[in-house]
Amino acid sequence: MRVNVTVNGSEETVDDVWEGESLLYMLRERMGLPGSKNACEQGECGSCTVYLDGVPACACLVAAGQAEGREVRTVEGLAEGQPGDERLDPVQQAFVEAGAVQCGFCTPGLIVQSHDLIERNPAPSDAEIREALAGNLCRCTGYEKILDAVRLAARRKAAHP
Amino acid sequence: MDFLRPATWADALAAKRETPAALPIQGGTDVMVEINFDVHRPAALLDLNRVRELTEWEEADGRLRIGAGVPYVRVIGELGDRLPGLAQASRTVGSPQIRNRGSIGGNLGAASPAGDSHPPLLAGDAVIEVESADRGVRMIPATEFYLGVKRNALEPDELIRAVWTAPAPGPQYFSKIGTRNAMVIAVCSFAVALHPEERRVGTGVGSAAPTPRRATAAEEFISTELDWDGRGPLSDAAAQRFGELVREAAAPIDDVRGTADYRKHALAVMARRTLTWAWNDHRAERREAS
Repeated sequence: MRVNVTVNGSEETVDDVWEGESLLYMLRERMGLPGSKNACEQGECGSCTVYLDGVPACACLVAAGQAEGREVRTVEGLAEGQPGDERLDPVQQAFVEAGAVQCGFCTPGLIVQSHDLIERNPAPSDAEIREALAGNLCRCTGYEKILDAVRLAARRKAAHP
Repeated sequence: MDFLRPATWADALAAKRETPAALPIQGGTDVMVEINFDVHRPAALLDLNRVRELTEWEEADGRLRIGAGVPYVRVIGELGDRLPGLAQASRTVGSPQIRNRGSIGGNLGAASPAGDSHPPLLAGDAVIEVESADRGVRMIPATEFYLGVKRNALEPDELIRAVWTAPAPGPQYFSKIGTRNAMVIAVCSFAVALHPEERRVGTGVGSAAPTPRRATAAEEFISTELDWDGRGPLSDAAAQRFGELVREAAAPIDDVRGTADYRKHALAVMARRTLTWAWNDHRAERREAS
């Protein structure tokens, strides 16, 4: 089937989508957007988190056809500027600086989810950060540096809204 | 596989009549797992995301009618004051991403004995509104909705429209056992709801029998035991007995998440604790009022 979807601000038409495939598969395998990662395929790990109409969701649990006519924003859509001259989103920049990235597999999901948290709650407490990231698993970096990154991003966004 | 995308409730009912084998999909948090793992390959998916009525809730005749597609995050945020038991259960579902998409209607459609919304629906006397194009609306009490493991009372041409339940007439609590505070399928769970005007206690037991169920003997015992007029303290012996009767209402199995014995023990503890919290709240309410 055909799916019409706006991804990172660009209206796209995707053909030959299988009716049972996930939004994640469509993004990665048909649209050349491998930022969202494919790990558990059951919503357990959060590494495929994307915005769907502005609300974070596990792309592996959204049927591709459900994205028809809707807006998706992936980790690729957070930075501003053109390729080669990008300005990372403050959340991305904070993850780099805080050393919150090791193998990097969980990072795109954590960044989208943290981005949403700070949008909704500009000064989250540690408990609120932990709660917001409860559905994102990291198996190597460790969560302390990830928490550091979220705190840093929140402070910066507050200083330069 | 077909992908059906009705724009209205009437279209959705027509599609379900036309293709009874179509599997309704709302948040996708259950349905897509089964498809991703090839557990289930339905003839068609019936996407309900466009049916706006399903994501609305309203108050009608003093009761709440919650659209089947209202996601957990909104049950927590918009209905938490009126339905604390259901909101507490909703807060334990999956993760924020799952709660943004998952819905009570989906929980009811999947009818897993471990579904988190079932115990508070049972404790709060919820009624499930289902509908078919040919036979119209049927109102099914939650107590009659769950028929077996992942089996519910829906006919093949029916869809779940809404859940009806009264705003909490008294304190409500939900408790759940799992290995962490997120992404946990209940080892077992329990909900309690006080109905002070009816001098009655409602219960719901989750993940401890082929279906979610009420602990009827425990309800009857404690309803006569509590000092509804004087709001006197709950005796340890009564709380203990209530826990035992809840335990006896369960028929759990040993599985990967826990043993039957553990589930029974945990249920007795959760029943005792949640009842104590609820009754203490009820007593405190009077003190505040006076």
